[in-house]
Amino acid sequence: MLEILLDATVRAGTPILFATLGAIINERAGIINLGIEGLMLIGALAGFAGTQASGSLLVGVLAAFGAALLAGSVHGFITVQLRGNQIVSGLALTMFGIGTTALFGRSMVGLTIEGFERIAIPGLSRLPVVGKPFFNQDLLIYFSFLLVVAIAFFFYRTRWGLALRTVGENPAAADTCGVPVTLTRFLAVTVGSGIVGIGGAYLSLATTPMWIENMTAGRGWIAVALVIFASWSSYRALAGAYLFGGITAMQLRFQAMGTTISAHILQMLPYFFTILVLAISTIRLQKGASQQPEGLGQPYDREDRK
Amino acid sequence: MAMTTLLQTRHIRKTFPGVVALDDVSLSIAPGEIHTLLGENGAGKSTLMNVLTGLYRPDRGEILFDGVPVQFSSPGDSLAMGIGMVHQHFMLVPAHTVFENVLLAIDGVPNFFSRRKFQQKVQKILDEFALDLDLDTPAWKLSIGAQQWIELIKLLVRDCRLLIFDEPTAVLTPQESARLFKVLTRLRDQGKSILFISHKMREVMEISDRVTVLKKGRSLVTLPRGEYDENKLASLMIGEDQIPMWIKPACKYEELALEIKNLSVRNDRGLADLDNFTMKLYRGQILGVAGVAGNGQKALAEVLTGLKEATSGRILAGDRDITDSTAKSSYIAGIAHIPEDRKTIGIAPDMTVGDNLIMKNFNSRAFRRWIFQDRAAIRRNAVAKIDQFAIKAGPDGNPIRYLSGGNIQKVIIARELSEKPSVLVALYPTRGLDIGSAEYVHKVIIDGANQGMSTILISEDLDELLKLSDQIVVMFRGRLVGCVDPQTTTREEIGLLMSGEVQK
Amino acid sequence: MKLVAEKRELSSRLFRISAPVISIFVALFVAGFLLLAAGVNPLQAYLEIFQESLGSIYGLSETLVKTTPLIFASLGVSLAFRMQIWNIGAEGQIYMGACGATAVALFSGIESHLLMITAMFLTAFLVGGLWAGVAGALRAVWRVNEVIVTLLMNYIAILGVDYLIYGPWKDPKGFNFPLTAQFSDAARLTEYFDTRLHSGFFLALFCALVLYLFMERTVWGYEIKVIGSNPKAARYAGMRTGLAIFAVLFLSGAIAGIAGFSEVAGLQHRLQHGISPGYGYTAIIIAWLAKRSALGVVIVSFLMGVLLVGGDSLQLSWQLPVAFAYAFQGLILFFLLASEFFIHNRVRLIRGERHA
Repeated sequence: MLEILLDATVRAGTPILFATLGAIINERAGIINLGIEGLMLIGALAGFAGTQASGSLLVGVLAAFGAALLAGSVHGFITVQLRGNQIVSGLALTMFGIGTTALFGRSMVGLTIEGFERIAIPGLSRLPVVGKPFFNQDLLIYFSFLLVVAIAFFFYRTRWGLALRTVGENPAAADTCGVPVTLTRFLAVTVGSGIVGIGGAYLSLATTPMWIENMTAGRGWIAVALVIFASWSSYRALAGAYLFGGITAMQLRFQAMGTTISAHILQMLPYFFTILVLAISTIRLQKGASQQPEGLGQPYDREDRK
Repeated sequence: MAMTTLLQTRHIRKTFPGVVALDDVSLSIAPGEIHTLLGENGAGKSTLMNVLTGLYRPDRGEILFDGVPVQFSSPGDSLAMGIGMVHQHFMLVPAHTVFENVLLAIDGVPNFFSRRKFQQKVQKILDEFALDLDLDTPAWKLSIGAQQWIELIKLLVRDCRLLIFDEPTAVLTPQESARLFKVLTRLRDQGKSILFISHKMREVMEISDRVTVLKKGRSLVTLPRGEYDENKLASLMIGEDQIPMWIKPACKYEELALEIKNLSVRNDRGLADLDNFTMKLYRGQILGVAGVAGNGQKALAEVLTGLKEATSGRILAGDRDITDSTAKSSYIAGIAHIPEDRKTIGIAPDMTVGDNLIMKNFNSRAFRRWIFQDRAAIRRNAVAKIDQFAIKAGPDGNPIRYLSGGNIQKVIIARELSEKPSVLVALYPTRGLDIGSAEYVHKVIIDGANQGMSTILISEDLDELLKLSDQIVVMFRGRLVGCVDPQTTTREEIGLLMSGEVQK
Repeated sequence: MKLVAEKRELSSRLFRISAPVISIFVALFVAGFLLLAAGVNPLQAYLEIFQESLGSIYGLSETLVKTTPLIFASLGVSLAFRMQIWNIGAEGQIYMGACGATAVALFSGIESHLLMITAMFLTAFLVGGLWAGVAGALRAVWRVNEVIVTLLMNYIAILGVDYLIYGPWKDPKGFNFPLTAQFSDAARLTEYFDTRLHSGFFLALFCALVLYLFMERTVWGYEIKVIGSNPKAARYAGMRTGLAIFAVLFLSGAIAGIAGFSEVAGLQHRLQHGISPGYGYTAIIIAWLAKRSALGVVIVSFLMGVLLVGGDSLQLSWQLPVAFAYAFQGLILFFLLASEFFIHNRVRLIRGERHA
């Protein structure tokens, strides 16, 4: 029972995990990206279409990454190069994503593909309780584990990571050290967006191998909230994503067991808990020294007079 | 003069919307000299520095480095040539460790760097300057003085050939300044060029090899050591402007205006901004508060004006206890406040001068009829205040952010004094103002004292404090460490107090 | 050679006003390519949009019908904008307002038309306001990000309405469709000219006028503007910014809630799934396009009404998904943001090489 629930938790949490990681990369560079929901949809459709056309899941994932990266570059260009309002641009991106995927997804509705399959890791998958949920999963889930570690390493152990964090904390300081602020921020937004796209692709390639209009159903927004819960750390993003995976898994389990509680009420739970967790983590952040990047949301204009 | 030239600028001009910041600046810096750029606030010193470090792009003019014309399109370009700068607002990331802050400045760090190797490299430089700093301390935990050393080290790890310092002593005690000057001299002797920006005459006399005077965006003249003295420089810098002297009444120390008893304030990080602070303020007194910036002055102002809560201790106004009053309450309303950072908290930038002038008393009968604003009264008030304080407000309906710093400061003062306050808390009221505006602010404070207003004048400019105050108290780490009489004290005495030496 | 941007002084008023219009046209142009890619002839489609929405009295009345909820919701969103508060939850507030009005209409048993309508109006106002007030309180007391909270509450509101119409409020005589029973005549707004245009439209215009006076003439409007321009300065001037944040989000949600009232009382006469096809999101765009002006909100709402009516007809004739309107609105925002850059900056080409 616990094994099954944990397994469902990991599978439901993974798309949110990718999205949260992508959003963290954006925000660490100082750019708020509220387009996560739209980017996930774009990733989901591109991933499905790519796999459908080529028959290869890898092509699908790459298509999802590329399409979301491209869409994210619009947000990047507007907020970084043109210093436009980050909140409005992000909302625009979400709307654009919902609309275009609905339009271009029409021809995909009803088609099917072979989705990702489970691959057991010899040895590890035999572990009691955690073995099956964590080590008898598909490749994208293993990739997400890798990504969590890689992002933490990138932030704290590489010079590019340091440059990215500095650009998000104090762009002027980065600029005077010769770090190309505009380029760094732009790249962070685009690559981060691409990773968000993979999260979307997980939905259409693994969770349910098909395309459904608006299939993200608010997961992108949950990811935006989780960034704060995770206090911009990739490890805590993992914990946060699985927490929500867990709530979703339990809610589905309840429904499957044929409870008398209305499905509509159960479906509210993830959103309700996100608000709760957001509030709690915000209060907690204010108690200690805030980990929020100081330059978050602020466009950088070198010639701005202070 | 048969000097070689490291850096030369020719006829630099830089404008911002509505402002000519630099008009025509030509200057040359030789290798191995300390070259001072002297000018009053608003003369364009900082703008010129930002042009030299590639932050601003000049509209016109030429920069030559090693005799070759260069164009900087980013600070990276000028850094690559070996031009580095310690900015007035430090370019440190508070959340990053000392090591991370320095590492970013080092040239040629590979993407996958060896942490140990570069930690050793940074540690070596720290040792060289006998700086006892832990590499893993986040920068926000450091004192302002230590932060400035980190800024300097960021330049030294890059082997810069020209180092620019923008008013570096503003945040240092006189003793720390002396130490900095020793380091600058040593660097000069090693063949590095130093461009030193200041408006403090004493420092300029002490350290410069050559001085260039900047006035209203133009380079007036460059003089080598020996060809200038304080008077000559002052008259060049200020020009024909007359400096009027205002007569200050002596305080009678009769009626107590405000009494602060054992006041403590903790900040968000749990550290004490004010620590068991006690002081008395009399009616008509101008009480100067000296101290290196960041030693609790801001907290003092904010707790007095109800913006911050006291952790313990009491504030008494006459026989009333106002410790727990909020900014809204009437006792606090009798305390006017000229905030430190006028653009950040003093004004609503998108609104008109008239709207900004009523920000504190918009709710009073004078400006409202039932729930509606009395636009005619607001307009009349604006016209009167603009006239009385000689504010250059621009066209009607002009948002206040288009005004110059001096005029914005005048709007704030006009507003704060309009309710005839009994106490004025002025935080660095003349910082960044040109001499004319600064004198005007001094006049307003003295006029107020004549009419019985008490002023707490918080300033980092010792000359200003010595000139205006009846009494000067010194703050260090949130504590009051000394109290001196401006007539009899010395700069050295105040300096020692500022660095935390407790008065005997 | 290099492109550089330079700040310019205040650009011409004409340019600032025309920028949104230009953005809409550029967005139409780019959206044309999207339509082409989806196999739709954009010129035909655009012609159809304008014919359907403006080409007949009936079309025009339908446009005004769609304009009505947009005005309410956008007024709410733009009120919050004035204080730099982001109310992304107008959609949910519309649902909650509709829900409140429906509860009164179905269960209060009031017979007087005037009383009934007033009670429905006030309930919608209150429920919409409280719904947004949750985000307001969280933001005011603990500085919890109101963008995320208001947005997530949309999902909860819509699921809540679904719960009611699939469950306890389902019309027993409704053949098991997810909708409530029809309202009595007492609970219906007046309709005009044999069209679906109802008095909610005029209420919306009146509301815009009241909000204009509120913002430009009252002490509270002044406070909101100061807080919006610089919250720190407002706090320093003794204004209670926390209370103001709550009050403004409450009002913002309340006005959006009226949209819900107007939809169920004026148009649908019952509560059903999808009473708002995203008016709350469109409102964000309208508020941003209209900048600070209540009149602007009315005009832009009308323009969006045109697009929505036209879009509905495209949906029928070309089988375009409803959500396509979002893509178009997203594009408008993108181009508007880009145009703002060119309002404040002049771009020029710099010649000369770099010596670095």
